[in-house]
Amino acid sequence: MKILVVDDFSTMRRIVKNLLKDLGFTNTLEADDGKTALPILERGGIDFLVTDWNMPGMSGIDLLKAVRANPNLATLPVLMVTAEAKREQIIMAAQAGVNGYVIKPFTAATLKEKIEKIFERIEG
Amino acid sequence: MNTDLLGLAKDLVTALEKGDEVAVGVLLDELAGLRETQLFKEIGRLTRQLHDSMISFSVEAKITAMTERDIPDAKERLRYVISMTEQAADQTLTVVETLLPVSQVLSEQIEQLSTKWDRFLGREMPLEEFKAMSEEISLHFKESKISLQQVQSGLNDILMAQGFQDITGQIIRRVIELVQELEGSMVKMISIAGSKAPKAALQQSQPELPGPVVPGVDDKEGGVATNQVDVDDLLSSLGF
Repeated sequence: MKILVVDDFSTMRRIVKNLLKDLGFTNTLEADDGKTALPILERGGIDFLVTDWNMPGMSGIDLLKAVRANPNLATLPVLMVTAEAKREQIIMAAQAGVNGYVIKPFTAATLKEKIEKIFERIEG
Repeated sequence: MNTDLLGLAKDLVTALEKGDEVAVGVLLDELAGLRETQLFKEIGRLTRQLHDSMISFSVEAKITAMTERDIPDAKERLRYVISMTEQAADQTLTVVETLLPVSQVLSEQIEQLSTKWDRFLGREMPLEEFKAMSEEISLHFKESKISLQQVQSGLNDILMAQGFQDITGQIIRRVIELVQELEGSMVKMISIAGSKAPKAALQQSQPELPGPVVPGVDDKEGGVATNQVDVDDLLSSLGF
């Protein structure tokens, strides 16, 4: 299981990486915005994407749309971890095909629960 | 006032023609008095104008000084807050990343030893294996001591890293004071200019990505999720 963590703040990437490690996911890659994330995803081999929304260059929602528009990536599970909390935004992300939505600040338990739920749905 | 003046002038001509010197004197005094009143009024008006423009000048000078010095200064202060909080988060994360494997190793060692110990208590352990276990236990004690010292010093580092909060709190408080002062000056300037800000200008532009919800500020109008439960409810209402 290879996971790509996308966030423009390195501290947030480290927090997510450590939480993922604690959940048993040790194989993680990092990118600091959609622009750097997309080539990594296109190269293949990524099984799960965790992304922030508000990032310079290319935002998380645009990355999500690009992922869904690419036939090779269309089914990639995507979890959004973001401070954006407006109803319209959450609905927009849902319509763009996000698999889970976690708002910051979040707890380890919330992240764990959402990730498990996503995998349950994929396997089931 | 002009009719007063005209009346007085006509009376003055009549009095002069008549040669009534007393009346001429009275009328001249009256005319001079009228001039003086006008002059005083004009002086009063000019004085008020001067006073107003002096105040508005000092307010403007204050705002100018603020935009030239205090606002760039505040921006620097806030940037320092970002860098201090980032530093503290980095320090803390580094300690945690070093200590997590240390505690992982200890917990694995304990797991293995306790299984063996149970076997020993159940008298299921041959002597040779017991000797090996004794050595492992001694080694575990030694390692635990070193590891716990590491944990201790790491926890102290995490403790010290929280010192940023005092500093950033003070810096942010200063910036709040500056914003308040600026607000006061602007209100004063608007009241001197005598015009109310047009309604349209009062509408704040919304950023495209509003970012973190600040309790009591961003959640007043509704339409935002204030916690994960709100998000989950919304998503489940959408069939998630």
